[in-house]
Order: sequence, then C-alpha cells, then structure tokens
Amino acid sequence: MIEISGLRKNFGPKQVLRGIDIAIAEGKTLCVVGGSGSGKSTFIKCIIRLLHPDGGAIKVDGQDITHMEDEYALAAVRRKFGYLFQEGALFDSISVWENVAFGLRYLSDEPPSRYREIAKQKLALVGLDNVCDLRPSELSGGMKKRVALARAIAAEPRYILYDEPTSGLDPIMSDIINDLILHLKRKLAVTSIVITHDMKSAFKIADEVAMLYEGNFIARCAPEEFRKSDNPFVHQFVEGSGEGPIKMKIRDLE
Amino acid sequence: MSIFGLAGRAVLSSAAGIGRAALLVRSVFFWSFKAKIEWRQAFIQAVRIGVDSLAVTMLTSFFTGMVLALQAGSTTKNLFNEPIYIGILVGFSMVKELGPVLTAIVVSGRAGAAIAAELGTMCVTEQIDALYTLGTNPARYLVIPRYIACLAMLPILTVFADFSGILGGFLVSVTRLDVPSTTYRQDILTFMTTSDFMHGFSKSFLFAFMIATVCCFKGLSTRGGAEGVGRTTTGAVVLCMVLTLVLDYFATAILVSLGI
Repeated sequence: MIEISGLRKNFGPKQVLRGIDIAIAEGKTLCVVGGSGSGKSTFIKCIIRLLHPDGGAIKVDGQDITHMEDEYALAAVRRKFGYLFQEGALFDSISVWENVAFGLRYLSDEPPSRYREIAKQKLALVGLDNVCDLRPSELSGGMKKRVALARAIAAEPRYILYDEPTSGLDPIMSDIINDLILHLKRKLAVTSIVITHDMKSAFKIADEVAMLYEGNFIARCAPEEFRKSDNPFVHQFVEGSGEGPIKMKIRDLE
Repeated sequence: MSIFGLAGRAVLSSAAGIGRAALLVRSVFFWSFKAKIEWRQAFIQAVRIGVDSLAVTMLTSFFTGMVLALQAGSTTKNLFNEPIYIGILVGFSMVKELGPVLTAIVVSGRAGAAIAAELGTMCVTEQIDALYTLGTNPARYLVIPRYIACLAMLPILTVFADFSGILGGFLVSVTRLDVPSTTYRQDILTFMTTSDFMHGFSKSFLFAFMIATVCCFKGLSTRGGAEGVGRTTTGAVVLCMVLTLVLDYFATAILVSLGI
C-alpha cells in the first residue's frame, strides 16, 4: 500500500505540489488526471524518489521513504516498482531484449542465462514477437511504449507507475495499451498509478480517478462518479472545454 | 541587474558547478569500491575513445612533428648555418608537451563531445531516470566505465602520438633538411631519458581524469531538449580544451619542481 500525506514539492519559488494526501489500496488502479504542468509527473517521480520531496511523508508498505538517502535502501524500495516513462526512455545503445532484461541484473536474483527467455516472455505478454534483436530506433511509437511496458514489468514489481501511457498514440493503439494495463492488473495483481489526461483511458482502466489542480487533489472518486461530477473544474476537464474556471494557462498565454 | 550582481551570479553558478562536479567524482569513487564494475561497458567505451581516436591522434601528431622539424631546421639553419638538434627539439616537444596536450585536445573534441552528447541526450529523454528505476544509477553504469576507458586509453594514445610526432619529424629531417638519420636518432637516444617520457605520460592521466569528469558532468547536467544537448556538447569541449592548457601549466610546474 502507498500512503502519502502532506506531500509538498517546490521548484524554486514555484509550488508544484502543495500538501497532497492520498492512499492507494493494494491491487487498485488510481488514475491521476490534470492539465499539463499541474504536477502529475512530479507526483509519481516523488513516489519513486526520482525527486526529493520538500515536505510531507511517503510510505510504501508502511516504510517511510521520504528522506531515505541510502542508495541501497532506495534501490530495495525501487525494486517493488515498475515505471513506464512518457516517451519510453528505452536505451538506444542496446537491443530491445537487452532493454527489457536490463533491470533483472539489478532488481532480481535471476541468473543471466535466463535473461533473454524472460525478456521474450514479457515481450509476448505485451503482444510483441520477433522484435528481440531490433534496436529501439527501429520501433514505432506504440511498439516503443509496449517494450517500455515489458521492461517495467520484467522484474515483476508490485506497483507500476505509468506516466501518460497513451500520449502520442493513435486511438486504436491507445486502446490496446489500455487493455494491456487491465490485463497486467488482472494477471499480475499489481497496484497502479496512471498519470494521464486521456479521459477515455482513465474511465476504462481506473478504479478511482483523482484530479490534480494547483498542487492538490480537488476530486477523487470512482470513474462513473467522476464523469458526472458537478465540480466545475472536473466538469470542464471531463468535457475538455475551453470555457470554465480553469483559465490559468490561457491567461498566461495572453 | 548591476555588473556586480551579474559577476556575483556567475561566480556563484561556477562554484555550484564545481561543487556538483566534486560530488560526481565522490560518487564515482564510492561506487567503484561498493559495486561491481561494468567491465563490458568500460570495454565498449575504451574502443570508442581509444581505437576510434587513434588514427586522428596519430595524424595530428605526425604533422605536428613535421612542422616542428621544419621550424627547428629553418631556425637553426639561420643561427648556425646548418640544421642541428632537430631530433632533440622534436623529441622533447612531442614527449613532454605536445604528445599529451594534442592527444587530450583531439580526445576532447572527438570522444569528449560524444560522451557529453550521449549522456546529455539520455538526460533529456529520461533514460537517466530510467536507470534509477531499474536498480542502478548513472555513476555506476555510465560514468565509471567512461572514467576507466579515458584513464586506460589516453596514456596509450599519448604514446602513439609521441612516436608518430617523432616519426613525422624524422621524415622531414631526413628528406627535406638532409639531416642524417643516425644523427636524428642519436639526438633522441642520447639526450632523452625515461624521466622525460614519464613527464608527459603522467600528465596524460591528469588530462584523462579531467576529460571524463568534465564531459560526464556536463552531459548529466543537461537541461532543455536538443538545444540543451548542443549547448552541453560545445560547453564540454571548450572547457576541456581550456582546462587542458591550464592544467598543463600547473602540472608542468609541479613536475619540474619535483625534478621529473
């Protein structure tokens, strides 16, 4: 279980996260939605400690990791997580299967002789065959996302953090990725946090949807409830309307 | 902002940069002893830094040796009416100064730029963050292998540069200046000692350490997409070249005071 209380993160004078409180139950999928620059990625990067929080507490399975500095202890915590980066973040210099197997060396006790076999299995799980020996630069956007997903699940994490898994993909590939996320949830019983601004995707995969606005969650509920919410901020976001209380970015542009 | 404010900001930002680079060096030492060395990566980097830079290093040194011989020949001819001490001049210049300095400059421009650009691109495409999420870190997987490769290959390249320069000088001396080949050879063998060779050779380790530190640090500090990668690469190469010459002076001063 991931428990977060009073989480704060600033970049210089800019307060990005302003005291977030949330708990994600075992086996559930939380979708975090919000506009660009609302701090969604910052939020999950704090959870896996790619960013150092400025305040509050993050507990993973009861262990407080907020101020953990020891690299070994942090690596042990990160062992529980898989992270899907927005652009995949595949290593260009190595092949697809080496990318998928990369974490096994550091995160698992598997012998190196099994790495390729495990990579093949994970690639099959995300619907990819015969790409093992290709380079990431030879793959399409959707394939890159799926390889990145295979890499995230290779060491069989208990938690998966998805940073905009469907951004930049066509609607069909987006739906395939959504189905994959659901499939992984059922098959591996993982707890997931999905950052997205794709509402269709959020409604399909989430057990709960939370909306981040000005550094705090302004709504958190089941997808159906979220869709019908009378909160004007949520309503505007769900409708994808330019008219409404969320005007900050437009004002910035003016 | 006043000129003092701008100067103060520049000083503070440089000091912060030096501090962060020192932290990188500290983590290199820490992980060198704490974790298994990525020898495969070190080998790949050694090939890129060493083998791929060999031809250009040798070519540069060869022509430098040729130019040195020509200049020495024309100067001594004006002074003494015949070209003398060409071997000594070319040999000492190459082995003590130009061999290590030219090699460092060529490696900075070729391999250093590649290191800064590669790490910079990894930085802006979140590949560095990915390393952390996959249970390792950039110091362990990327930086230490590049330090090993630089420290192993730069001295070897320097030796090749020394020989190549001396050979270039020999060729010009014999064919253009009509210096007997035995004279050129004897000049070098009689007057040069192992200590002279060690003078330049030891400096190549210092340059290797500096190039690895500057290029890895600059690469890992990259911000701002493709433009940032370009800025990082240029900055790393320029800094390496300037530091090569600055460090060369101080290293020479120390080595001379030690009698090496």
